[in-house]
Amino acid sequence: MSQIKNVDEDLQNLEKPIAVSVDNISKNYGNVEALKDMSLKFPKGELTSLLGPSGCGKTTLLKIIAGLLEPSAGTVMVNNKRVTGPGTDRAFVFQDFALMPWASVLKNVSFGLEMRGVEKTEREGIAQNYIKEVGLQGFENSFPHELSGGMRQRVGLARALAVDADVLLMDEPFSAVDEQTRRKFQEDLLQLVESKNKTFIFVTHSIEEAVYVSDQIAILLPRPSRVSKIIRPSNFRAKGVDAIRRDSEYLDIVDDIWTSLRSYVE
Amino acid sequence: MQNRAFILKLFSAFALCFAWEIAGRVPVSYAFPTFLESMSALMQMTADGRLFEAYAETLRPLIIGIAISAVVGIIVGLWVGLSQFFDWLFSPIFIVMQAAPLAALIPLLVLAYGIGLTSKVIVVCIMAMPVIVLNTSGAVKNTPESLKEMGISFLASRLSVISRIIIPAASPVIFAGLRLGISAGFIGAILAELKITPTGVGDIITYSRSIADYPSMYAAIFSIIVLSVLFLNLLDKVETLLFKGNERGYVSD
Repeated sequence: MSQIKNVDEDLQNLEKPIAVSVDNISKNYGNVEALKDMSLKFPKGELTSLLGPSGCGKTTLLKIIAGLLEPSAGTVMVNNKRVTGPGTDRAFVFQDFALMPWASVLKNVSFGLEMRGVEKTEREGIAQNYIKEVGLQGFENSFPHELSGGMRQRVGLARALAVDADVLLMDEPFSAVDEQTRRKFQEDLLQLVESKNKTFIFVTHSIEEAVYVSDQIAILLPRPSRVSKIIRPSNFRAKGVDAIRRDSEYLDIVDDIWTSLRSYVE
Repeated sequence: MQNRAFILKLFSAFALCFAWEIAGRVPVSYAFPTFLESMSALMQMTADGRLFEAYAETLRPLIIGIAISAVVGIIVGLWVGLSQFFDWLFSPIFIVMQAAPLAALIPLLVLAYGIGLTSKVIVVCIMAMPVIVLNTSGAVKNTPESLKEMGISFLASRLSVISRIIIPAASPVIFAGLRLGISAGFIGAILAELKITPTGVGDIITYSRSIADYPSMYAAIFSIIVLSVLFLNLLDKVETLLFKGNERGYVSD
Protein backbone atom coordinates (compact mmCIF):
# COMPACT_ATOMS: atom_id res chain seq x y z
CA MET A 1 0.00 0.00 0.00
CA SER A 2 1.32 3.36 -1.00
CA GLN A 3 1.14 5.11 2.38
CA ILE A 4 3.00 2.33 4.15
CA LYS A 5 6.72 2.59 3.74
CA ASN A 6 9.58 0.47 4.76
CA VAL A 7 10.87 1.15 8.28
CA ASP A 8 14.50 1.92 7.55
CA GLU A 9 13.83 3.99 4.53
CA ASP A 10 11.25 6.03 6.39
CA LEU A 11 13.34 6.66 9.44
CA GLN A 12 16.27 7.89 7.45
CA ASN A 13 14.41 10.08 5.02
CA LEU A 14 12.43 12.32 7.33
CA GLU A 15 12.93 15.93 6.47
CA LYS A 16 11.40 17.23 9.67
CA PRO A 17 13.62 17.97 12.69
CA ILE A 18 13.60 15.21 15.27
CA ALA A 19 12.40 15.98 18.81
CA VAL A 20 12.83 12.59 20.39
CA SER A 21 15.14 9.90 19.19
CA VAL A 22 15.24 6.38 20.59
CA ASP A 23 18.37 4.46 19.66
CA ASN A 24 18.87 0.73 20.13
CA ILE A 25 16.92 0.58 23.36
CA SER A 26 16.74 -2.73 25.19
CA LYS A 27 14.98 -3.39 28.47
CA ASN A 28 15.23 -6.63 30.39
CA TYR A 29 13.36 -7.67 33.49
CA GLY A 30 15.52 -10.50 34.74
CA ASN A 31 15.47 -12.96 31.89
CA VAL A 32 12.46 -11.40 30.20
CA GLU A 33 13.22 -9.13 27.29
CA ALA A 34 10.58 -6.41 27.31
CA LEU A 35 12.25 -4.40 24.57
CA LYS A 36 15.00 -5.50 22.24
CA ASP A 37 17.19 -3.17 20.24
CA MET A 38 14.43 -0.73 19.41
CA SER A 39 15.03 2.46 17.42
CA LEU A 40 12.48 5.09 16.60
CA LYS A 41 12.41 8.77 15.72
CA PHE A 42 9.71 11.23 16.69
CA PRO A 43 9.47 14.34 14.47
CA LYS A 44 9.02 17.70 16.15
CA GLY A 45 5.52 19.14 16.34
CA GLU A 46 3.88 15.87 15.33
CA LEU A 47 1.83 13.26 17.09
CA THR A 48 3.30 9.78 16.93
CA SER A 49 1.27 6.82 18.14
CA LEU A 50 2.76 3.67 19.55
CA LEU A 51 0.30 0.97 18.60
CA GLY A 52 0.44 -2.74 19.19
CA PRO A 53 -1.05 -5.74 20.93
CA SER A 54 -0.67 -5.98 24.68
CA GLY A 55 2.79 -7.09 25.75
CA CYS A 56 4.53 -5.36 22.88
CA GLY A 57 6.32 -2.97 25.23
CA LYS A 58 4.67 0.28 24.19
CA THR A 59 4.12 1.54 27.72
CA THR A 60 7.63 0.40 28.71
CA LEU A 61 9.06 2.41 25.83
CA LEU A 62 7.02 5.46 26.84
CA LYS A 63 8.22 5.22 30.44
CA ILE A 64 11.82 4.92 29.27
CA ILE A 65 11.38 8.10 27.23
CA ALA A 66 9.82 9.73 30.30
CA GLY A 67 12.86 8.76 32.35
CA LEU A 68 10.73 6.73 34.74
CA LEU A 69 12.43 3.50 33.71
CA GLU A 70 16.05 3.01 32.90
CA PRO A 71 16.87 1.11 29.71
CA SER A 72 19.20 -1.86 29.97
CA ALA A 73 20.98 -0.65 26.86
CA GLY A 74 20.69 2.15 24.31
CA THR A 75 19.98 5.87 24.55
CA VAL A 76 17.06 8.25 24.36
CA MET A 77 17.71 11.77 23.11
CA VAL A 78 15.23 14.60 23.63
CA ASN A 79 16.13 17.77 21.75
CA ASN A 80 19.61 16.32 21.33
CA LYS A 81 20.10 15.87 25.03
CA ARG A 82 20.49 12.45 26.50
CA VAL A 83 17.73 11.35 28.87
CA THR A 84 18.96 10.25 32.28
CA GLY A 85 15.74 10.80 34.22
CA PRO A 86 12.59 12.92 34.17
CA GLY A 87 13.13 16.45 32.89
CA THR A 88 11.48 19.77 32.25
CA ASP A 89 11.27 18.99 28.53
CA ARG A 90 8.72 16.19 29.03
CA ALA A 91 5.33 15.89 30.70
CA PHE A 92 3.27 12.76 31.26
CA VAL A 93 -0.45 12.07 31.01
CA PHE A 94 -1.45 8.90 32.87
CA GLN A 95 -3.88 6.21 31.93
CA ASP A 96 -5.49 6.20 35.37
CA PHE A 97 -5.23 10.03 35.61
CA ALA A 98 -2.97 9.84 38.73
CA LEU A 99 -4.71 12.75 40.40
CA MET A 100 -4.13 13.40 44.07
CA PRO A 101 -7.53 12.75 45.68
CA TRP A 102 -6.78 15.01 48.64
CA ALA A 103 -6.00 18.04 46.47
CA SER A 104 -8.31 20.37 44.57
CA VAL A 105 -8.26 20.64 40.78
CA LEU A 106 -6.22 23.82 41.07
CA LYS A 107 -3.65 22.16 43.34
CA ASN A 108 -3.47 19.12 41.07
CA VAL A 109 -2.92 21.20 37.95
CA SER A 110 -0.29 23.42 39.56
CA PHE A 111 1.60 20.47 41.11
CA GLY A 112 4.18 20.27 38.32
CA LEU A 113 4.83 24.01 38.53
CA GLU A 114 5.13 23.82 42.29
CA MET A 115 7.78 21.10 41.97
CA ARG A 116 9.63 23.32 39.51
CA GLY A 117 9.71 26.03 42.17
CA VAL A 118 7.24 28.45 40.59
CA GLU A 119 5.91 30.87 43.17
CA LYS A 120 2.33 30.42 44.39
CA THR A 121 0.35 33.27 42.82
CA GLU A 122 2.16 32.81 39.52
CA ARG A 123 1.63 29.07 39.33
CA GLU A 124 -2.03 29.37 40.27
CA GLY A 125 -2.50 31.96 37.55
CA ILE A 126 -0.93 29.65 34.98
CA ALA A 127 -2.93 26.67 36.25
CA GLN A 128 -6.10 28.76 36.09
CA ASN A 129 -5.46 29.45 32.39
CA TYR A 130 -4.97 25.82 31.51
CA ILE A 131 -7.99 24.75 33.53
CA LYS A 132 -9.95 27.18 31.39
CA GLU A 133 -8.31 25.89 28.23
CA VAL A 134 -9.37 22.29 28.87
CA GLY A 135 -12.88 23.48 29.66
CA LEU A 136 -13.00 23.06 33.42
CA GLN A 137 -13.55 26.65 34.40
CA GLY A 138 -15.53 26.83 37.63
CA PHE A 139 -14.19 23.50 38.91
CA GLU A 140 -10.93 24.89 40.30
CA ASN A 141 -11.87 24.09 43.87
CA SER A 142 -13.57 20.77 43.21
CA PHE A 143 -11.97 17.54 44.31
CA PRO A 144 -11.23 14.74 41.84
CA HIS A 145 -13.96 12.49 43.24
CA GLU A 146 -16.52 15.14 42.37
CA LEU A 147 -15.62 15.00 38.66
CA SER A 148 -16.58 12.54 35.93
CA GLY A 149 -13.94 10.30 34.33
CA GLY A 150 -13.60 12.57 31.32
CA MET A 151 -13.22 15.65 33.46
CA ARG A 152 -10.55 13.93 35.55
CA GLN A 153 -8.48 13.25 32.47
CA ARG A 154 -8.90 16.90 31.47
CA VAL A 155 -7.30 17.76 34.82
CA GLY A 156 -4.46 15.36 33.98
CA LEU A 157 -4.06 17.02 30.61
CA ALA A 158 -4.10 20.53 32.10
CA ARG A 159 -1.40 19.46 34.58
CA ALA A 160 0.79 18.23 31.73
CA LEU A 161 0.18 21.35 29.62
CA ALA A 162 0.79 23.71 32.54
CA VAL A 163 4.48 22.85 32.80
CA ASP A 164 4.90 23.80 29.14
CA ALA A 165 7.13 20.89 28.20
CA ASP A 166 8.17 20.35 24.57
CA VAL A 167 7.16 16.72 24.58
CA LEU A 168 3.88 15.34 25.87
CA LEU A 169 3.88 11.65 26.71
CA MET A 170 0.42 10.13 26.85
CA ASP A 171 -0.10 6.60 28.14
CA GLU A 172 -3.46 5.37 26.84
CA PRO A 173 -4.96 8.60 28.10
CA PHE A 174 -8.47 7.97 26.81
CA SER A 175 -8.82 4.29 27.59
CA ALA A 176 -10.53 4.89 30.92
CA VAL A 177 -13.17 7.30 29.62
CA ASP A 178 -16.41 6.47 27.86
CA GLU A 179 -16.74 6.27 24.08
CA GLN A 180 -18.45 9.62 23.52
CA THR A 181 -16.04 11.50 25.73
CA ARG A 182 -13.20 9.72 23.96
CA ARG A 183 -14.35 10.99 20.57
CA LYS A 184 -14.50 14.52 21.90
CA PHE A 185 -11.04 14.10 23.38
CA GLN A 186 -9.67 12.87 20.06
CA GLU A 187 -11.04 15.93 18.27
CA ASP A 188 -9.62 18.21 20.98
CA LEU A 189 -6.28 16.46 20.71
CA LEU A 190 -6.09 17.18 16.97
CA GLN A 191 -6.66 20.83 17.74
CA LEU A 192 -4.04 20.75 20.44
CA VAL A 193 -1.43 19.26 18.10
CA GLU A 194 -2.35 21.91 15.56
CA SER A 195 -2.23 24.89 17.90
CA LYS A 196 0.71 24.04 20.18
CA ASN A 197 4.09 23.48 18.77
CA LYS A 198 4.63 20.36 20.83
CA THR A 199 5.65 16.82 20.11
CA PHE A 200 3.14 14.20 21.22
CA ILE A 201 3.90 10.56 21.88
CA PHE A 202 0.70 8.68 22.28
CA VAL A 203 0.31 5.09 23.42
CA THR A 204 -2.93 3.40 22.48
CA HIS A 205 -4.35 -0.01 21.76
CA SER A 206 -7.16 1.34 19.60
CA ILE A 207 -6.37 1.14 15.89
CA GLU A 208 -9.07 3.65 14.95
CA GLU A 209 -7.88 6.09 17.57
CA ALA A 210 -4.26 5.83 16.42
CA VAL A 211 -5.13 6.42 12.79
CA TYR A 212 -7.51 9.23 13.67
CA VAL A 213 -5.09 11.32 15.74
CA SER A 214 -1.63 10.49 14.43
CA ASP A 215 0.79 12.08 12.01
CA GLN A 216 2.84 8.94 12.31
CA ILE A 217 1.94 5.50 13.62
CA ALA A 218 4.57 3.08 14.87
CA ILE A 219 3.33 -0.49 14.91
CA LEU A 220 5.04 -2.50 17.63
CA LEU A 221 4.99 -6.26 17.72
CA PRO A 222 5.81 -8.53 20.66
CA ARG A 223 8.12 -11.50 21.20
CA PRO A 224 10.64 -10.09 20.64
CA SER A 225 9.39 -6.51 20.87
CA ARG A 226 10.20 -4.58 17.75
CA VAL A 227 8.98 -1.81 15.50
CA SER A 228 7.38 -3.67 12.64
CA LYS A 229 6.47 -0.68 10.53
CA ILE A 230 5.83 3.01 10.50
CA ILE A 231 2.84 4.49 8.79
CA ARG A 232 2.52 8.12 7.81
CA PRO A 233 -0.98 8.93 6.62
CA SER A 234 -0.85 11.48 3.84
CA ASN A 235 -3.41 14.20 4.09
CA PHE A 236 -6.89 13.06 5.06
CA ARG A 237 -6.81 15.20 8.18
CA ALA A 238 -6.75 18.37 6.16
CA LYS A 239 -10.28 17.58 5.07
CA GLY A 240 -11.67 18.40 8.52
CA VAL A 241 -12.48 16.34 11.62
CA ASP A 242 -15.91 15.32 10.37
CA ALA A 243 -14.60 13.78 7.18
CA ILE A 244 -11.77 11.71 8.63
CA ARG A 245 -13.71 8.61 9.60
CA ARG A 246 -15.26 8.39 6.11
CA ASP A 247 -12.06 8.93 4.20
CA SER A 248 -10.97 5.95 2.12
CA GLU A 249 -7.32 6.30 3.13
CA TYR A 250 -8.32 6.27 6.82
CA LEU A 251 -10.35 3.10 6.28
CA ASP A 252 -7.58 1.44 4.29
CA ILE A 253 -4.98 2.11 6.95
CA VAL A 254 -7.23 0.83 9.75
CA ASP A 255 -7.86 -2.33 7.74
CA ASP A 256 -4.24 -2.78 6.90
CA ILE A 257 -3.10 -2.43 10.51
CA TRP A 258 -5.67 -4.95 11.64
CA THR A 259 -4.49 -7.41 9.01
CA SER A 260 -0.94 -7.12 10.25
CA LEU A 261 -1.86 -7.36 13.93
CA ARG A 262 -4.51 -10.04 13.73
CA SER A 263 -2.17 -12.99 14.08
CA TYR A 264 -0.63 -11.53 17.26
CA VAL A 265 -3.89 -11.19 19.16
CA GLU A 266 -4.84 -14.23 21.17
CA MET B 1 -28.06 13.53 56.49
CA GLN B 2 -25.57 14.75 59.09
CA ASN B 3 -28.43 15.25 61.48
CA ARG B 4 -29.81 11.81 60.84
CA ALA B 5 -26.45 10.18 61.49
CA PHE B 6 -26.24 12.03 64.78
CA ILE B 7 -29.75 10.99 65.80
CA LEU B 8 -28.94 7.38 64.95
CA LYS B 9 -25.79 7.48 67.06
CA LEU B 10 -27.75 8.96 69.94
CA PHE B 11 -30.40 6.30 69.54
CA SER B 12 -27.82 3.53 69.56
CA ALA B 13 -26.24 4.91 72.73
CA PHE B 14 -29.66 5.17 74.33
CA ALA B 15 -30.54 1.59 73.37
CA LEU B 16 -27.29 0.36 74.93
CA CYS B 17 -27.93 2.23 78.21
CA PHE B 18 -31.50 0.94 78.26
CA ALA B 19 -30.34 -2.65 77.80
CA TRP B 20 -27.81 -2.11 80.58
CA GLU B 21 -30.52 -0.79 82.89
CA ILE B 22 -32.77 -3.81 82.18
CA ALA B 23 -29.88 -6.25 82.64
CA GLY B 24 -29.03 -4.59 85.95
CA ARG B 25 -32.64 -4.78 87.15
CA VAL B 26 -33.17 -8.46 86.22
CA PRO B 27 -30.43 -8.79 87.73
CA VAL B 28 -27.95 -10.69 85.61
CA SER B 29 -25.64 -10.94 88.62
CA TYR B 30 -25.49 -9.25 92.02
CA ALA B 31 -22.15 -7.87 90.96
CA PHE B 32 -23.77 -6.08 87.99
CA PRO B 33 -25.35 -2.73 88.90
CA THR B 34 -28.01 -0.93 86.87
CA PHE B 35 -27.16 1.91 84.54
CA LEU B 36 -28.76 4.50 86.80
CA GLU B 37 -26.91 3.28 89.90
CA SER B 38 -23.63 3.47 88.01
CA MET B 39 -24.43 6.95 86.77
CA SER B 40 -25.24 8.21 90.23
CA ALA B 41 -21.95 6.72 91.47
CA LEU B 42 -20.24 8.53 88.60
CA MET B 43 -21.92 11.81 89.60
CA GLN B 44 -20.81 11.34 93.17
CA MET B 45 -17.23 10.59 92.17
CA THR B 46 -17.22 13.64 89.93
CA ALA B 47 -18.71 15.81 92.67
CA ASP B 48 -16.20 14.84 95.37
CA GLY B 49 -13.30 15.19 92.92
CA ARG B 50 -12.18 11.57 93.19
CA LEU B 51 -12.60 11.02 89.46
CA PHE B 52 -10.41 14.00 88.53
CA GLU B 53 -7.67 12.90 90.90
CA ALA B 54 -7.80 9.43 89.40
CA TYR B 55 -7.60 10.72 85.84
CA ALA B 56 -4.72 13.02 86.67
CA GLU B 57 -2.88 9.84 87.62
CA THR B 58 -4.10 7.63 84.75
CA LEU B 59 -3.75 10.14 81.94
CA ARG B 60 -0.05 10.63 82.58
CA PRO B 61 1.19 7.23 81.34
CA LEU B 62 -1.64 7.15 78.82
CA ILE B 63 -0.81 10.46 77.13
CA ILE B 64 2.95 9.97 77.27
CA GLY B 65 2.58 6.44 75.93
CA ILE B 66 0.21 7.39 73.14
CA ALA B 67 2.33 10.38 72.13
CA ILE B 68 5.46 8.22 71.95
CA SER B 69 3.60 5.47 70.11
CA ALA B 70 2.10 7.87 67.57
CA VAL B 71 5.31 9.78 66.81
CA VAL B 72 7.74 6.86 66.91
CA GLY B 73 5.18 4.50 65.38
CA ILE B 74 4.52 6.67 62.36
CA ILE B 75 8.20 7.47 61.79
CA VAL B 76 9.27 3.83 62.11
CA GLY B 77 6.28 2.79 60.00
CA LEU B 78 7.29 5.19 57.21
CA TRP B 79 10.81 3.91 57.37
CA VAL B 80 9.77 0.28 57.28
CA GLY B 81 7.40 1.01 54.41
CA LEU B 82 10.00 2.86 52.36
CA SER B 83 12.96 0.56 52.77
CA GLN B 84 13.13 -3.19 52.39
CA PHE B 85 16.08 -3.27 54.74
CA PHE B 86 14.23 -1.65 57.63
CA ASP B 87 11.27 -3.85 56.85
CA TRP B 88 13.41 -6.90 57.55
CA LEU B 89 15.01 -5.27 60.55
CA PHE B 90 11.96 -3.94 62.37
CA SER B 91 8.81 -5.71 61.20
CA PRO B 92 9.44 -8.92 63.18
CA ILE B 93 9.83 -6.93 66.40
CA PHE B 94 6.42 -5.33 66.04
CA ILE B 95 4.71 -8.49 64.90
CA VAL B 96 6.07 -10.26 68.01
CA MET B 97 5.06 -7.27 70.16
CA GLN B 98 1.53 -7.43 68.82
CA ALA B 99 1.22 -11.16 69.35
CA ALA B 100 2.81 -11.23 72.81
CA PRO B 101 0.54 -12.02 75.79
CA LEU B 102 1.17 -8.71 77.51
CA ALA B 103 -0.40 -9.49 80.89
CA ALA B 104 1.99 -12.38 81.31
CA LEU B 105 4.99 -10.20 80.47
CA ILE B 106 4.18 -7.43 82.96
CA PRO B 107 6.10 -9.08 85.84
CA LEU B 108 9.20 -9.02 83.63
CA LEU B 109 8.70 -5.32 82.90
CA VAL B 110 8.29 -4.59 86.61
CA LEU B 111 11.48 -6.50 87.29
CA ALA B 112 13.34 -4.43 84.73
CA TYR B 113 11.78 -0.98 85.13
CA GLY B 114 10.17 -0.98 88.57
CA ILE B 115 6.62 -0.10 89.44
CA GLY B 116 6.72 3.54 88.44
CA LEU B 117 5.67 5.56 85.46
CA THR B 118 8.22 3.95 83.10
CA SER B 119 6.68 0.50 83.26
CA LYS B 120 3.21 1.87 82.69
CA VAL B 121 4.29 3.95 79.72
CA ILE B 122 5.95 0.86 78.26
CA VAL B 123 2.76 -1.14 78.67
CA VAL B 124 0.79 1.54 76.82
CA CYS B 125 3.44 1.61 74.07
CA ILE B 126 3.48 -2.17 73.66
CA MET B 127 -0.28 -2.09 73.24
CA ALA B 128 -0.45 0.94 70.93
CA MET B 129 2.70 0.97 68.83
CA PRO B 130 2.66 -2.27 66.79
CA VAL B 131 -0.66 -1.59 65.10
CA ILE B 132 0.41 1.98 64.29
CA VAL B 133 3.72 0.81 62.81
CA LEU B 134 2.21 -2.07 60.86
CA ASN B 135 -0.64 0.03 59.46
CA THR B 136 1.66 2.88 58.49
CA SER B 137 4.18 0.65 56.76
CA GLY B 138 1.45 -1.29 54.98
CA ALA B 139 -0.16 1.91 53.74
CA VAL B 140 3.16 3.30 52.54
CA LYS B 141 3.92 0.11 50.64
CA ASN B 142 0.52 0.28 48.98
CA THR B 143 0.80 3.83 47.65
CA PRO B 144 -0.59 3.66 44.10
CA GLU B 145 2.36 3.24 41.74
CA SER B 146 1.01 5.74 39.22
CA LEU B 147 0.81 8.50 41.86
CA LYS B 148 4.48 7.97 42.71
CA GLU B 149 5.37 7.95 39.02
CA MET B 150 3.35 11.12 38.60
CA GLY B 151 5.40 12.82 41.30
CA ILE B 152 8.70 11.64 39.84
CA SER B 153 7.79 12.57 36.27
CA PHE B 154 6.80 16.07 37.40
CA LEU B 155 10.24 16.43 38.98
CA ALA B 156 9.35 16.05 42.65
CA SER B 157 12.38 15.34 44.82
CA ARG B 158 12.51 12.14 46.87
CA LEU B 159 11.49 14.17 49.93
CA SER B 160 8.58 15.81 48.10
CA VAL B 161 7.36 12.46 46.85
CA ILE B 162 7.29 11.25 50.46
CA SER B 163 5.74 14.36 52.00
CA ARG B 164 3.40 15.38 49.19
CA ILE B 165 2.30 12.03 47.81
CA ILE B 166 3.16 8.99 49.93
CA ILE B 167 2.10 10.40 53.31
CA PRO B 168 -1.19 11.95 52.15
CA ALA B 169 -1.99 8.81 50.16
CA ALA B 170 -1.26 6.65 53.19
CA SER B 171 -3.03 8.93 55.64
CA PRO B 172 -6.42 7.16 55.73
CA VAL B 173 -4.78 3.89 56.75
CA ILE B 174 -2.32 5.67 59.06
CA PHE B 175 -5.29 7.24 60.83
CA ALA B 176 -7.04 3.88 60.99
CA GLY B 177 -3.89 2.57 62.69
CA LEU B 178 -3.87 5.53 65.08
CA ARG B 179 -7.48 4.85 66.01
CA LEU B 180 -6.77 1.19 66.75
CA GLY B 181 -3.51 2.08 68.51
CA ILE B 182 -5.12 4.68 70.73
CA SER B 183 -7.95 2.40 71.82
CA ALA B 184 -5.37 -0.28 72.54
CA GLY B 185 -3.40 2.34 74.50
CA PHE B 186 -6.42 3.04 76.70
CA ILE B 187 -6.71 -0.67 77.41
CA GLY B 188 -2.98 -0.76 78.14
CA ALA B 189 -3.17 2.14 80.60
CA ILE B 190 -5.91 0.43 82.63
CA LEU B 191 -4.16 -2.93 82.37
CA ALA B 192 -0.99 -1.36 83.74
CA GLU B 193 -2.88 0.08 86.71
CA LEU B 194 -4.56 -3.22 87.43
CA LYS B 195 -1.41 -5.33 87.09
CA ILE B 196 1.47 -3.11 88.23
CA THR B 197 0.33 -0.75 90.99
CA PRO B 198 -3.27 0.26 91.58
CA THR B 199 -3.33 3.98 90.89
CA GLY B 200 -5.82 6.29 89.20
CA VAL B 201 -8.80 4.76 87.49
CA GLY B 202 -7.33 1.29 87.94
CA ASP B 203 -7.31 1.96 91.68
CA ILE B 204 -11.01 2.94 91.67
CA ILE B 205 -11.80 -0.28 89.81
CA THR B 206 -9.75 -2.54 92.11
CA TYR B 207 -10.75 -0.82 95.35
CA SER B 208 -14.49 -0.64 94.50
CA ARG B 209 -14.50 -4.30 93.59
CA SER B 210 -12.77 -5.29 96.81
CA ILE B 211 -15.41 -3.52 98.91
CA ALA B 212 -18.23 -4.71 96.60
CA ASP B 213 -19.10 -1.15 95.54
CA TYR B 214 -19.98 -2.32 92.05
CA PRO B 215 -21.69 0.88 90.85
CA SER B 216 -18.44 2.81 91.38
CA MET B 217 -16.44 0.14 89.61
CA TYR B 218 -18.68 0.21 86.55
CA ALA B 219 -18.82 4.01 86.66
CA ALA B 220 -15.03 4.08 86.34
CA ILE B 221 -15.08 1.62 83.45
CA PHE B 222 -17.85 3.60 81.78
CA SER B 223 -15.92 6.86 82.13
CA ILE B 224 -12.82 5.45 80.44
CA ILE B 225 -14.91 4.17 77.53
CA VAL B 226 -16.55 7.59 77.09
CA LEU B 227 -13.17 9.29 77.20
CA SER B 228 -11.75 6.92 74.60
CA VAL B 229 -14.74 7.46 72.27
CA LEU B 230 -14.44 11.23 72.61
CA PHE B 231 -10.74 11.03 71.86
CA LEU B 232 -11.30 8.94 68.75
CA ASN B 233 -13.94 11.39 67.51
CA LEU B 234 -11.47 14.21 67.97
CA LEU B 235 -8.97 12.25 65.88
CA ASP B 236 -11.57 11.91 63.10
CA LYS B 237 -12.02 15.68 63.10
CA VAL B 238 -8.26 16.20 62.85
CA GLU B 239 -8.09 13.84 59.90
CA THR B 240 -10.87 15.59 57.99
CA LEU B 241 -9.22 18.91 58.68
CA LEU B 242 -5.82 17.75 57.42
CA PHE B 243 -6.83 15.69 54.39
CA LYS B 244 -10.04 17.00 52.98
CA GLY B 245 -10.48 15.02 49.77
CA ASN B 246 -9.73 11.70 51.44
CA GLU B 247 -13.24 10.81 52.52
CA ARG B 248 -14.07 9.45 49.11
CA GLY B 249 -10.95 7.39 48.38
CA TYR B 250 -9.00 7.18 45.17
CA VAL B 251 -10.44 8.36 41.91
CA SER B 252 -8.42 5.84 39.98
CA ASP B 253 -9.82 2.81 41.80
